[in-house]
Amino acid sequence: MSFPWAKHYEPKHPLMRWMDERLPLPRLAYNAVGPGYPVPRNLNSFWNFGVLAGLALVIQIVTGIVLAMHYNANADTAFASTEHIMRNVNSGWFLRYLHANGASFFFVVVYIHIFRGIYYGSYKAPREMVWMLGLVIFLLMMATAFMGYVLPWGQMSFWGAQVITGLFGAIPLVGEPIQTWLVGGFAPDQATLTRFFSLHYLLPFVIAGVVILHIWALHIPGSGNPTGVDVKSPQDTVPFHPYYTAKDGWFAGAALTVLALFVFFMPNALGHADNYIPANPLATPAHIVPEWYFWPFYAILRAFTFDFILPAKLWGVLAMFGSILLLFFLPWLDKSPVRSGSYRPTFRIFFWVWLLMLAVLFYCGGMPAEEPYVMMSQVATMYYFAFFLIILPILSMVERTLPLPTSISESVLHGKTTDAAPTGALQPAAAE
Amino acid sequence: MVRILGFLVGLGFVGVAAWSLLWGAIAYISEPPAETVEHRFHEHPRDISFSFDGPFGRYNAQQLQRGFQVYKEVCAACHGLHYVAFRDLHDLGYSEAEVRAIADQWQIQVPSINPDTGEPAARNAIPADRFPNPYANETAARAANNNALPPDLSLIVKAREGGAPYMASLLTGYQDPPGNLPAENRPGTGLHYNPYFANLNIAMPPPITADGQVTYADGTQATREQMAEDVSAFLAWAAEPKADQRKNMGIVVVLFLLIATILGRMAYKNVWYGPKREDEAVQAAE
Repeated sequence: MSFPWAKHYEPKHPLMRWMDERLPLPRLAYNAVGPGYPVPRNLNSFWNFGVLAGLALVIQIVTGIVLAMHYNANADTAFASTEHIMRNVNSGWFLRYLHANGASFFFVVVYIHIFRGIYYGSYKAPREMVWMLGLVIFLLMMATAFMGYVLPWGQMSFWGAQVITGLFGAIPLVGEPIQTWLVGGFAPDQATLTRFFSLHYLLPFVIAGVVILHIWALHIPGSGNPTGVDVKSPQDTVPFHPYYTAKDGWFAGAALTVLALFVFFMPNALGHADNYIPANPLATPAHIVPEWYFWPFYAILRAFTFDFILPAKLWGVLAMFGSILLLFFLPWLDKSPVRSGSYRPTFRIFFWVWLLMLAVLFYCGGMPAEEPYVMMSQVATMYYFAFFLIILPILSMVERTLPLPTSISESVLHGKTTDAAPTGALQPAAAE
Repeated sequence: MVRILGFLVGLGFVGVAAWSLLWGAIAYISEPPAETVEHRFHEHPRDISFSFDGPFGRYNAQQLQRGFQVYKEVCAACHGLHYVAFRDLHDLGYSEAEVRAIADQWQIQVPSINPDTGEPAARNAIPADRFPNPYANETAARAANNNALPPDLSLIVKAREGGAPYMASLLTGYQDPPGNLPAENRPGTGLHYNPYFANLNIAMPPPITADGQVTYADGTQATREQMAEDVSAFLAWAAEPKADQRKNMGIVVVLFLLIATILGRMAYKNVWYGPKREDEAVQAAE
């Protein structure tokens, strides 16, 4: 679907006409990311992160395919082959550091993309499918990143695999057989490494497929915007190309600069020293920590320390998976008709506290399971669940929202400069 | 329905987390966690600066050669350098002939087979070989070292928190245990007190014991600190031999990206100039 005023693709060159009648691929691109896709004119910089996530996926797939040409999925030689890439393969260090830091880049971008979605109510009707497909992508990313971290077969690779697959062992009755089946043995070993490599190569292409569905679902209602008000007239939109291609272009340049600073000047800042020690099933590291992007969920897992009907470990596992699965129900938990947090003053306060609590979970997840970190993560875990399952449903019934602008173009011309101005510099004119 | 179920699930998780918090807090108040002995006596690495610190720092070939000499004369007796090849020593400024001579005269021979009989044999190293391990296998290494395993040093600087400054601090950090150290934390047989080591007692005997232990080919005064820093610099290079190349490329890439970003930003401003002007016209008309 598109708005009636969307530009129509009219091939001028005979070759393009010939192509259009047989395989209208240029038409598809024109309507998806070209002049044929009208986009609200008031998007702020947080709307750049979807394109950045796509860019990150491409970086990961391209570097990953080349790395796989040199990597050896064998428990005896995986670590050595990684060092071979770092030392002997031409620019192998660049490929590997770009791939490792690219994963962090992907997660930073996707986290900001998700926070944007929660603040501006992007999950609300009619974009529920966009939201849920996005969560599927997030889950696939987590699985892919976890298995990728196992591949170098260092100490954290091995023990991370041991701990994470061990979570399935917490399921009553069937837990241990499931764990053995997933790992292909009683502890991570050759069978684990080869299946993780196979899946680590497969899942990015599954992600790419779900990304297509995500964008398809987005293009049915069209992009949201910071006011949360629906598009009403041609004055509310600009064509995706050249307006948002130009904006995404310079923004991608800035983001890649930040990525390059990590890749070239602090490539191991986000990693863990222990992963430069070859995997040793007989020596447990002092602190087993996952990669930083799993820290909040690791903190939730470890926040449940006392048995209550069910064993504490099972509560932790349920809460960890529940903390993500509940997001699938967000469109039905928050029934407020106002989408944007900019017009929901009370929601906004609870949202920022939620983000603060998530920061606490990030911090505690990277720390050893000691006091006071456990108590801090327990408080933050309570707020995390309360925010989505208790506060939001009640708030959406009782909150008094601010008056919405009648249209996007009205908000651009008269609204607050922070949310409304596409160039970020638009001031109310002197004539007013 | 979703909201009622969600509400109950939410109450469940919040309640159980609160229950855990309650018991955790009671335990925390009744028995505050005591500072561990390791934590009390452990020292952070000394603040040592190296020529290769930061984006503009580079390895100093002279220092790497000195560090290599310390590795060769002191560390190599027990520690391997498995991922580094003799040919990599070109990076340190050695010529083709010097590398060939270093490999040929290396104190440990490379396992091989007798070409006539197929019997196990040994031969002198060539530049294409990697540094041979000092022990045939882990059992032999442990047997010779009081059941401790000397780790391979190829990646040691990247495999320890604190990197090269930690390594230099550790090498010069051996000392007598302080008088107030509890008996159970005192070094046992074959262990040595070193506050830079995580659990305070390290199996490695002090490798650098006296000034002048190594006679540097370039005439540098071989103090204990000098030898520790030089060998730490050498091991930093061994762990990350491409670091100089990486930083050189990084400066070019970041400059390129900055220029591209500025141009992209200007193009963006240019593209958006139209709608912005129209808006101003509308506002002026009102």
